[in-house]
Amino acid sequence: MTEKLIFEHSRATRTATAQMPSAAVDVSAIPEHLRRKDKPMLPEVSEMQAVRHYTRLSQKNFSIDTHFYPLGSCTMKYNPRACNSLAMLPEFLARHPFAPASHSQGFLSCMYDLQEILKEVTGMAGVSLTPMAGAQGEFAGVAMINAYHKARGDSARTEILVPDAAHGTNPATAVMLGCSVREIPTNADGDVDIEALKAAVGPQTAGIMLTNPSTLGVFERNIKKIAEIVHQAGGLLYYDGANLNAILGKVRPGDMGFDVIHMNLHKTFSTPHGGGGPGAGAVGVSKRLLPFMPIPVVGKEGDSYRWLDENDLPQSIGRLSAFMGNAGVLLRAYIYARLLGREGMHRVAEFATLNANYLQARLSEKGFDLAFPKRRASHEFIITLKRQKKEIELTATDVAKRLLDYGFHAPTIYFPLLVPECLLIEPTETEDKETLDSFIEALCAIYEEAKKDVAYVKGAPYTMPVRRLDDVRAVRQLDVRWNQPAQTHG
Amino acid sequence: MSNVPAGLKYVKSHEWIKKLADGTVVIGITDHAQNALGDLVFVEVPKVGRKLAANESCAVVESVKAASDVYAPIAGEVTEANGALNNTPEILNSDPYEAGWMWKMKPNNIADVDALLDAAGYQQLIDELN
Repeated sequence: MTEKLIFEHSRATRTATAQMPSAAVDVSAIPEHLRRKDKPMLPEVSEMQAVRHYTRLSQKNFSIDTHFYPLGSCTMKYNPRACNSLAMLPEFLARHPFAPASHSQGFLSCMYDLQEILKEVTGMAGVSLTPMAGAQGEFAGVAMINAYHKARGDSARTEILVPDAAHGTNPATAVMLGCSVREIPTNADGDVDIEALKAAVGPQTAGIMLTNPSTLGVFERNIKKIAEIVHQAGGLLYYDGANLNAILGKVRPGDMGFDVIHMNLHKTFSTPHGGGGPGAGAVGVSKRLLPFMPIPVVGKEGDSYRWLDENDLPQSIGRLSAFMGNAGVLLRAYIYARLLGREGMHRVAEFATLNANYLQARLSEKGFDLAFPKRRASHEFIITLKRQKKEIELTATDVAKRLLDYGFHAPTIYFPLLVPECLLIEPTETEDKETLDSFIEALCAIYEEAKKDVAYVKGAPYTMPVRRLDDVRAVRQLDVRWNQPAQTHG
Repeated sequence: MSNVPAGLKYVKSHEWIKKLADGTVVIGITDHAQNALGDLVFVEVPKVGRKLAANESCAVVESVKAASDVYAPIAGEVTEANGALNNTPEILNSDPYEAGWMWKMKPNNIADVDALLDAAGYQQLIDELN
């Protein structure tokens, strides 16, 4: 059942007194002509109506706390409650971002340790926690590559190479920073086409942006060779940390030859995400990019900690936000890392990979086609419904929508673009075998339903608050405005 | 089955090109391409006067599934763009070879067109993809 808008519950003169301001607000500082003359159009509802409305809305959430959520490339893993409880300690919550370093030693020590842990996990020489999310981490990374070339007077390097299996945001980031983008093709087994790469590099190459494991769910086997080719041409290597979960504590981007990496702490380090944040996109750098890190960074002198700023890093690409990233998210990531420890990090990668390979092998046995049948999965893998579409008109969208009726969030669909009718499935390490088995059963059941009556599957979902939405019309004729009906006075 | 009209020339990145009587050429994306993309919701065409190199990325087609670049099949200067695609991108789905054309161009060398794939060659290409 759909829930009415809060405005549609509104009746004149109803109020929720508990939420009323307790005292009149002094507006004398606002000039008379700037004060509003009419009352704002706010919903007039009782306290109970407000509570029921928002409770009902919250019950419609389809989230990791309620459902298996194998959304490929998103790492929707369980967020341990301990991380939340500890990050919510009043001493952390009440710390003002302008509090002097002498009053913030506890918080700063956590951030310093987090920088050190991330350096160790990724094999990089330095880490800055300041980017607010993955996109800003990417921005910071490419900005540092640009700053590096500029500082060397190498101003012709304005082209960023992006394999067609890279994360979709990579070309957008490069363009945002004024670079041009050249796409490098992938071969049939999912690796970068080395000959095409050799032909593409040159004095114009600023760097290459790579995701490894790639969005195809496979590990780039030629990474050493790629690093050598790009470095010899004078370019730098950027590591998109979207898929770090698969290699956490096992293989280090720094050892693969990367110069800069961003980490989605909200994914790999298990802080709540989805629905737009807040995120944390820490960046790690190799030695040669240390002077360009975004500020502030936490420094340690003797036993005390302080913010490093423009004076310490005069070549920094600068500040990315008013303070230093999302402090609460960074704290959760720090606590998560400390709870896991070194051995726990290894287990994350092992079980994330084991779960993905279990699902991949079982689904293959059940007759689903793998996009890369010769490759072992990393933390995610791809099924293609190309054959099913041809034979019975069953599409990836149909399966995704029907999965909702079976109580599963859909995997990522139609991404990566290279694979037709694809489902990109990432179970993460936190799911148990029973959950994985019931997901396999659901996919098989949907396939059987479709063989008998594909129209039925195309009608899904049947049990959700809304049925199949017209996503094409939603884009072509976007209209999300609520128009107030003519006033009724009761 | 995708429609591949005879008389047009094609490139493997799924654009078609046709010579016009006035010495210019008209360019669009193929029926196979629009079908693979699905319902289009946004189309960006190159500006008139822009000089394009062969294989240069110069237009964008976006569906609810994916956004793809469109490439200039040959080098030339853009003389006209199909403004109707701004508000009605769906004509590219319904009529990719006529109403859904994307841009016209004065080629640097009209003979470049002749070297491209003919209908049979393009048909073979998409058969292999399927």
